[in-house]
Amino acid sequence: MTTPLIVTKRMTDHPGDSHTIDRYESTGGYAQAKRSVSMDRDTLVEEVKTSGLLGRGGAAFPAGVKWSFLAPERPAYLVVNADESEPGTFKDRQLLERDPHQMLEGIIITSIANEVHEAFIYIRGEYPKPARRVQAAVDEAYEKGYLGEGIFESDYDLDVVVHLGAGAYICGEETALINSLEGERGEPRLKPPYFPAAKGLYMKPTIVNNVETLSNVPHILAMGAEGFASVTDSEDSGTFLMSLSGHVNQPGNYEVPHGITWRDLIYEIGGGIIGGKELKAWVPGGASAPWFVPEQHLDLEISKSAAAEAGSMLGSGAVIVMDEDTCMIRAAERIVRFFSHESCGQCTPCREGTTWLEMILRRIDEGAGRPVDLDLMIDVSDGISSGLSWPPKMTTICPLGPSAVSPILALRDYFRDEVQRHVELGGCPYAVKSGGATPQTPRSQGSSTSSGDGRSAEPVTVTVDRNHGMTGDSS
Amino acid sequence: MPLLYLAMAEEGHLTEDGMEEVARWCEMTPAQVLSVASFYTMFKREKTGDYLISCCTSISCMLLGGDDVLHAVEDESGVPHGETDDKGMLSVEHVECIGACGGAPAVQVNYELIEGVTPEKARELVKWLKKARPAVINSDEMQELFGSTKSFDWAIKEDTGAVGPYPAFQPLGTVGSEGGA
Repeated sequence: MTTPLIVTKRMTDHPGDSHTIDRYESTGGYAQAKRSVSMDRDTLVEEVKTSGLLGRGGAAFPAGVKWSFLAPERPAYLVVNADESEPGTFKDRQLLERDPHQMLEGIIITSIANEVHEAFIYIRGEYPKPARRVQAAVDEAYEKGYLGEGIFESDYDLDVVVHLGAGAYICGEETALINSLEGERGEPRLKPPYFPAAKGLYMKPTIVNNVETLSNVPHILAMGAEGFASVTDSEDSGTFLMSLSGHVNQPGNYEVPHGITWRDLIYEIGGGIIGGKELKAWVPGGASAPWFVPEQHLDLEISKSAAAEAGSMLGSGAVIVMDEDTCMIRAAERIVRFFSHESCGQCTPCREGTTWLEMILRRIDEGAGRPVDLDLMIDVSDGISSGLSWPPKMTTICPLGPSAVSPILALRDYFRDEVQRHVELGGCPYAVKSGGATPQTPRSQGSSTSSGDGRSAEPVTVTVDRNHGMTGDSS
Repeated sequence: MPLLYLAMAEEGHLTEDGMEEVARWCEMTPAQVLSVASFYTMFKREKTGDYLISCCTSISCMLLGGDDVLHAVEDESGVPHGETDDKGMLSVEHVECIGACGGAPAVQVNYELIEGVTPEKARELVKWLKKARPAVINSDEMQELFGSTKSFDWAIKEDTGAVGPYPAFQPLGTVGSEGGA
């Protein structure tokens, strides 16, 4: 299995200095940006369209098509979505830290193709180090005259601003990101009318692209659209950066060709399951994606259409692997808790639904589950995403709410027995394995510590005496 | 939002005075500023310690023992998550995914990352913070002392870091370098 590396090639070949402008230029960097200054806009857009580059933020929408939707009004803006926060995903962090110039070159080309003179990079607040690296790269590019007034000695002006978020997953949703960039609460806007391509940042036409998407753009020009499309025989173009985590021997980011199977990814690239245990389930594309199980999905091809056919998605490319001793209730609870915590609260189905799902899951986990709870959760889920179909039907402004339903579908389809066992046992059947793969939080001693305004839905995991430290230690 | 970070850097956390000042600059009402500040988890409106320890307990970290790391930090520091000690030195919180799933379980101190933390190492980290009281929190230094498996090769060492419980970023003027905050 030979893997052609595209976006991670430079950092693999030159680990010591792949983030510097000198190394970037000595390995062919900025050549495509220089070339694109004198190229025709339509040719550039057409090239990216033909390449079949899919957006890498999670929705896998063709990037070139997205560009062609941009309304003719100017000024227009480019916003780079570096608010990577989907549980399991850490690919953009590596691209930002290790090869920021690659993304910058993508920004320059994309800006020229779409007649944009101002670009914003929105980096999540918990990524100060990647932000420092990107800022340093932006400063270097300004010094060299690749950004600013008259880039590459042309008459084209382009400014790039690095913006730091402040800890909100929802800002990865493009309209929420735009609100946040404007200094507002990061709440998604209704589409229509607020399609970013027409009414985006400051109500102007705006392109929002992910870090990995833009990092691929220079390579499309270098390889040619056809070359990029035919990296593998798979119908999906280029390569795909997957973040492998959980119970695998070799977690990490892997740039893989489309067309390999899940078995290849988990057992060969990932080195198999820790301790030689059996695989129980995995999340194929970030916490939003419905889970896969080995009996049905291990030999499926990793591609957009194969995942969709099996009722899930590749999403952000985050693969979270769970071994045979993993409590599915606990895993589901963690994912639902995430969405409940990150819900912006605008839409009732999401705000209330995720909160109730989290509470029911915790009840089952703690041993107070009732036989009807699974059906109750399915009913609540149906209220968030009516019909529980895939792709999910929307009852909310953005897809965050329907995403929270994914673990419930897994419990319904594959782990009904396990829910039942929790209810019958009055607790978790995996809890006795102390020191094992699934640490159990002592929760039976009641709850306290939620100080403040009383609206906190934070899971409370320990009982604490304020003056004498923790009393609810694992015992 | 950059102004809110500045206001935090000024006083250690977002005070009412700080938000009123930001409101004046932006020609907004203080209530509008509060509505924005309260939306984001990183804008701390209660007194936060010099060192904010954030333990990830999202799915990937949970699978590999993130909860145990959180409990070790709470036990060693005597500070339950969501709280700050009486001296105003340590704050502990549990956070949702911080993008270090390949190096789970992950912990951040003042948003500087450590990957592959065990409960034992987490205890050592707390002891170290209490004893050494570093003026600048440096990710590479902490990773060497308390971390193990990383999501990817970090490759380059930095000599800068965080000087308070807010992200260290040049345009905000919140970065410290070793040898002087």
